Amino acid sequence: MKALRNYLDKIKPNFEEGGKLAMFRSVFDGFETFLYVPNTTSKSGVHIHDSVDSKRTMTVVIIALIPALLFGMYNTGYQHNLAIGADPGFWMTFIYGFLAVLPKIIVSYVVGLGIEFTIAQFKKEEIQEGFLVSGMLIPMIVPIDTPLWMIALATAFAVVFAKEVFGGTGYNIFNVALVTRAFLFFAYPAAMSGDQVFVRTDSTFGIGGGQVVDAFSGATPLGQVSIATNDMVGSFHMVDTLGNPLTNWDMFLGLIPGSIGETSVLAILLGAVILLVTGIASWKTMVSVFVGGAITALLFNLIGSTVPMTVTPIEHLLLGGFAFGAVFMATDPVTSARTETGKYIYGFLVGAMAIIIRVLNPGYPEGMMLAILLMNTFAPLIDYYVVDSNIKRRLKRAIR
Amino acid sequence: MGLLSNKNKAILVDPLSKNNPVIVQMLGVCSALAVTSKLEPSIVMAISVTAVVAFANVIISLLRNTIPNRIRIIVQLVVVAALVTIVSEVLKAFAYDVNKQLSVFVGLIITNCILMGRLEAFALGNGPWESFLDGVGNGLGYGLILIIIGFFRELLGSGTLLGIQVIPQIFYDLGYVNNGLMILPPMALIVVAVIIWVHRSRNKELQED
Repeated sequence: MKALRNYLDKIKPNFEEGGKLAMFRSVFDGFETFLYVPNTTSKSGVHIHDSVDSKRTMTVVIIALIPALLFGMYNTGYQHNLAIGADPGFWMTFIYGFLAVLPKIIVSYVVGLGIEFTIAQFKKEEIQEGFLVSGMLIPMIVPIDTPLWMIALATAFAVVFAKEVFGGTGYNIFNVALVTRAFLFFAYPAAMSGDQVFVRTDSTFGIGGGQVVDAFSGATPLGQVSIATNDMVGSFHMVDTLGNPLTNWDMFLGLIPGSIGETSVLAILLGAVILLVTGIASWKTMVSVFVGGAITALLFNLIGSTVPMTVTPIEHLLLGGFAFGAVFMATDPVTSARTETGKYIYGFLVGAMAIIIRVLNPGYPEGMMLAILLMNTFAPLIDYYVVDSNIKRRLKRAIR
Repeated sequence: MGLLSNKNKAILVDPLSKNNPVIVQMLGVCSALAVTSKLEPSIVMAISVTAVVAFANVIISLLRNTIPNRIRIIVQLVVVAALVTIVSEVLKAFAYDVNKQLSVFVGLIITNCILMGRLEAFALGNGPWESFLDGVGNGLGYGLILIIIGFFRELLGSGTLLGIQVIPQIFYDLGYVNNGLMILPPMALIVVAVIIWVHRSRNKELQED
C-alpha cells in the first residue's frame, strides 16, 4: 500500500497545472481520491469531519450489491442448465453465469465512466463518483440476453440526459440506472420483456452449449401472471422454467428466471443489512415500500376478479424487482424524498404504485421501475409540503 | 443590389436560425412533436404551415388599415381558418395518406402559435411584400426544424427515410434493432432539446444566464 502511495505522489506533478499530462488532471484526481481519502477538510462553517465522503459511501453500496450480484451470476448458470438439462456442477454453473454477466458490467462501466471522465475533463471539474453505483446497478436490472450495444447506448443516454444535463451527480431528478432500464424497455421492448430473454439458452464463450429441453419455458412468474386469463382464477399456479409449481421459499431463495440481480430476496436482504448497519440507506423508505406494496396487494386480493389481483402480498413482495427496487433504488439518497416524514410517504407510494401497475396494466408485468421513476418526480413536491406543514405547525405554536 | 434589399433579406433569413420560431421562440412545439415520427408528414406539414402563414400574412397585411382593433383576432382567425380549410382540402385530394397520418394536426394549424404570433407582431404593422417574406421565412424556419426532427426519428426509429429502407438488411442480421422510443413523442422532445443545445452552443448570443 505504501508503494502505491509513493507511486501516486511521484507521478502527481505530471498532472498538475503546467505538467505534461495536465489534460488528464481530473482522471488522476478521480483515481487518487478513490484509492485514498483526501487529507484536506473544510476549514470554515459547520461540517462533520469524518473519513466517509461520497466515494466511500458509494463503495459500501457496491459491497452491499455483491451478494445479489454473485447470486445473479450463479442463477444465470443455474437457469441455463435447467433449460438444456445439464448438471455440470457448482463451479461450472457459476463460471457460466460469471462469463455471461461480466461483459455487461464492463460495458456499463466503460461507457458510463468514459462519458463522466470526458465531461469532467472538459468542464475542468472533479470527477464525480455517482456512476460507481449506477454502473453496477445497470447490469443487474437487465435480462441476461440484453445485447451489449443496447446497454452501451442506454447507459450513454441515461448518463447524458438523466444526469449530466441536470448538473451531474447529486442534481439528477431521476435514478440514472432506472432511466437506463426505462430507455431499454421502451426503445427495445422485444429485448426487455417476454419469455425469451430472461434465461440464456445459448452457450457463453463456448461454455455450456446444448439442446433446449422440451418442457422448458423461460417465462418469469410475473410474466405468467400477466398473460393468465380470467377463467384461470383459482386454478392458476406460478411455475418454474420446467413447469413445476413454485413455492414462496423458491421465490425467496431466487432460483427463478428474472433480471440478473433481482431474483434472490435473500441476497438482497443481505445487502439491505449492510446498507442499514452502515446507515447509508434509510430504513424508513425501505419499510414503507414493503408496507405500501403489501397493503395494496391485500386490497386487490379482496377484489380478486382477475389472476393478477389474486397474487398474494407475500408473492408480490418476493417476485420481480420489488425487493431490489425497495432496497437499492427507492433509497437512492439523491432522487428520493429527503425529509424524514417524506420518506414514509414516498416509500409507501412507490410500493403502492408498483403493485397497481403490476395488477392493472397487463402491458407491464413489472411495475417497480415505473413506480420509482414516477415517485422520483414527486419527491421534491412531497418534501416541499412536509417542510411547509412543519413551518405552519410551528407558527401556530409561536402565536399562542 | 440583389433581388432583395438587406432589410427584406433579414426578414426572410432571420427566422431560419437566429430567430427561429421553434427553437428560439419556443412556438409550435406541440405539432413539432406530434407529426414528426416520419419524414414525409414532417415535410407536408412544413409546406402546409409555410403556405398558410405566408398567405395569411399577406391578406392581413392588406387589410391591416381597415380592421378595427377590437375585433382583429376574429378577423385573423377567419382568414387563417379559410386558408387552413383550403390546405386541408388540397391534401385530402392529392395526398390522402399523408393527410390521414397528420389527422387533426392539419386542422390545428389554426391554433399554431406561430401563425397568430406573426399576424399580430408583423403583418399588422408592415406592407404585404415584407409580410409575405416574413411568413415564408417563419414557415421555413418551422419546417426546417420539423424536417430535422422527422429525419432523425424516422431514420433511428424505423430505419427508413420517406418510407425507403436506408439501414441495410445486414445490420439487422447482425442484431441491430430499431429504436422504438424514437417513434414515441418523449424522444421527439429530447431531439428538439438536442437541436436547441447544438444551436445555442453555436450561437453564444442566444444563451441565457
